Amino acid sequence: MPAARTLFGKIWDEHVIEALGEQTLLYIDLHLVHEVTSPQAFESLRLNGRGVRRPERTLATADHNVPTDPISTPVSDPVSRRQLEALEENCQEFGITVFPRGHENQGIVHVIGPELGVTQPGMTIVCGDSHTSTHGAFGALAFGIGTSEVEHVLATQTLPQQKAKSMAVTLEGCVRPGVSAKDIALAIVSNLGTGGGAGHVIEYRGDAIRELTMEGRMTLCNMSIEAGARAGLVAVDDTTIEYLRSRPSVPKGDEFESAAKRWRTFVSDDDATFDAEIVMRAEDIVPSITWGTNPAQVVSLDGVIPSPDEFADPDERSTTERSLAYMGLTPGTPVRSIPVDVVFIGSCTNSRIEDLRAAASLAQGRHVADGVRALVVPGSHRVKRQAEAEGLDRVFLDAGFEWREPGCSMCLGMNPDQLGSEMRCASTSNRNFEGRQGRGGRTHLVSPAVAAASAVMGRFASPEELP
Amino acid sequence: MKPVRVVEGRAVPLERSDVDTDQIIPSDWLKRVERTGFGRGLFSEWRDDPDFVLNRPDYVGASVLIAGPRFGIGSSREHAVWALMDYGFEAVIAPSFGDIFVNNSSKQGLVIVVLALADVEELTELIKVDPSRLVVVDVDRQRVEVPEAGFQRRFEIDPMTRERLLNGWDDIGLTLLREPAIAAFEATEEAPDLEGIFDDAGHVL
Ligand code: SF4
Repeated sequence: MPAARTLFGKIWDEHVIEALGEQTLLYIDLHLVHEVTSPQAFESLRLNGRGVRRPERTLATADHNVPTDPISTPVSDPVSRRQLEALEENCQEFGITVFPRGHENQGIVHVIGPELGVTQPGMTIVCGDSHTSTHGAFGALAFGIGTSEVEHVLATQTLPQQKAKSMAVTLEGCVRPGVSAKDIALAIVSNLGTGGGAGHVIEYRGDAIRELTMEGRMTLCNMSIEAGARAGLVAVDDTTIEYLRSRPSVPKGDEFESAAKRWRTFVSDDDATFDAEIVMRAEDIVPSITWGTNPAQVVSLDGVIPSPDEFADPDERSTTERSLAYMGLTPGTPVRSIPVDVVFIGSCTNSRIEDLRAAASLAQGRHVADGVRALVVPGSHRVKRQAEAEGLDRVFLDAGFEWREPGCSMCLGMNPDQLGSEMRCASTSNRNFEGRQGRGGRTHLVSPAVAAASAVMGRFASPEELP
Repeated sequence: MKPVRVVEGRAVPLERSDVDTDQIIPSDWLKRVERTGFGRGLFSEWRDDPDFVLNRPDYVGASVLIAGPRFGIGSSREHAVWALMDYGFEAVIAPSFGDIFVNNSSKQGLVIVVLALADVEELTELIKVDPSRLVVVDVDRQRVEVPEAGFQRRFEIDPMTRERLLNGWDDIGLTLLREPAIAAFEATEEAPDLEGIFDDAGHVL
């Protein structure tokens, strides 16, 4: 009998071209490209007289620096404009399908792959963006790469890789009502720390994971990188297959059924062993928020801002002091008493239709607090159209939220959607690093429900508090 | 990429942990389509502070950066490596690093040295006492030395990365030599591609 394998092991084995000493040459099924990490790669291909080996395994979209103003407004920043034009020109030159700003399929790269159905179980997927881990929700091995690797994949459709170790993160039992996938992700990052997953591919397991929708699984896999992991994975099940069934890029009819049969093999064998195993109790997870400047600095929404004295390790103590100073927070302050200036609902972590529905259900019939700016940025044009068909845009607009065009937006502040210095933001994105959303800006990572409730209350709040 | 055998120069102790790529090169710098000129953006949000270590005259022209645990975590932006190298750094020493950052560094010839936390702290102190001390990072012998202070440590580096650094090999060139194996693999590959899914304008057919 063949040895039991993990899901990661199975996908890896299927893509080995050959061993190269310590490394392995791995075949890449799908390469996603965006405007920020690709121009230097294309430039280098040209300089070396090299082509793109498999343009039909490559898909490009504009997302990182597109403005979220109405599409009719030109891109005012000349450097961003140049980068967006370069993406289109490069894709045209090398025969790659591209969705430029305003295209019906355009959106954040990790939102469009799954919704179009180009992300499929068992695939190897790479993109010049660390949150490529999102696609692991489909039982695909998906990881972020740098620009030199982008160039390598364009030229060869392969990557030399050192095999990562496998880690199982198992949630025992079920989460309590009101606990979202984002809260699970924050709990795991907080538990593992920013380096806890380094060198590993995490497979999320257990009933609480099986109960998540595909949107929820994407949120969870998305933030694997925040725990330092190379990638995140969830095994294929009925939820995966049903999500894929109606997507434009999957086979139809009988062909779908035979594809689904193959996809179902992308699960870890019962007796597979992992290099590391972490077990957490799902019922211990509560609605949470980050208070500091790295995503592992997490506290319960019911909690208070921690004090440096709570940390025995001197390194952690000084990190805490620095984070508190940057965030302008005093130890002991109850989280729910902290006012917010900006609320951002968007990013590849939480900008899919389910996230917008969750936020809209709380915005319905209520209003954003005075002095708070609240933005909703759908992850893609498909998400935006769907939301508009359901009337969510009206709900948001009536409640005083801005309803914007799709893109990465305030997740990384490359476009005009930025925080001003010392502005405090409840954000559904994935990184709270110093200056991430704008120089001097203060980011707190939260779920869409907490973001919407905080917009209405003008301070950090949960849905139960809403009038 | 240029071969790198030994990096020798003065060093800068950063004394910070969890330095992420957003801090190494903030996102406003990512809009450029060139590969050069990123040195000016290196740690740009910290450089306004006259006391920030890179602004101190003692450390001008250094080629080795010494940092705390988990240096280079966060985004995949290779711009972080370009910025460090454009500024003049040729090696970074820390107790641990972000995975993608290490990969990106190996493609550009930025030498990544992992030393135990205690060794990094000792090295930091040696440099703070006298910033003019030369640090030697020897890729060939896998050694970090401060000859003047008698500091000497071995570091681990994967053999492939070491070979590539020493020879200045271009990864793509090496992989293209494997063309027959790639073609043979493709002939048996099952995963679907995007053929027949989108028209020329990117609309679903
Ligand atoms: S939304 Fe944020 S994290 Fe996601 S791809 Fe865009 S910039 Fe990266």
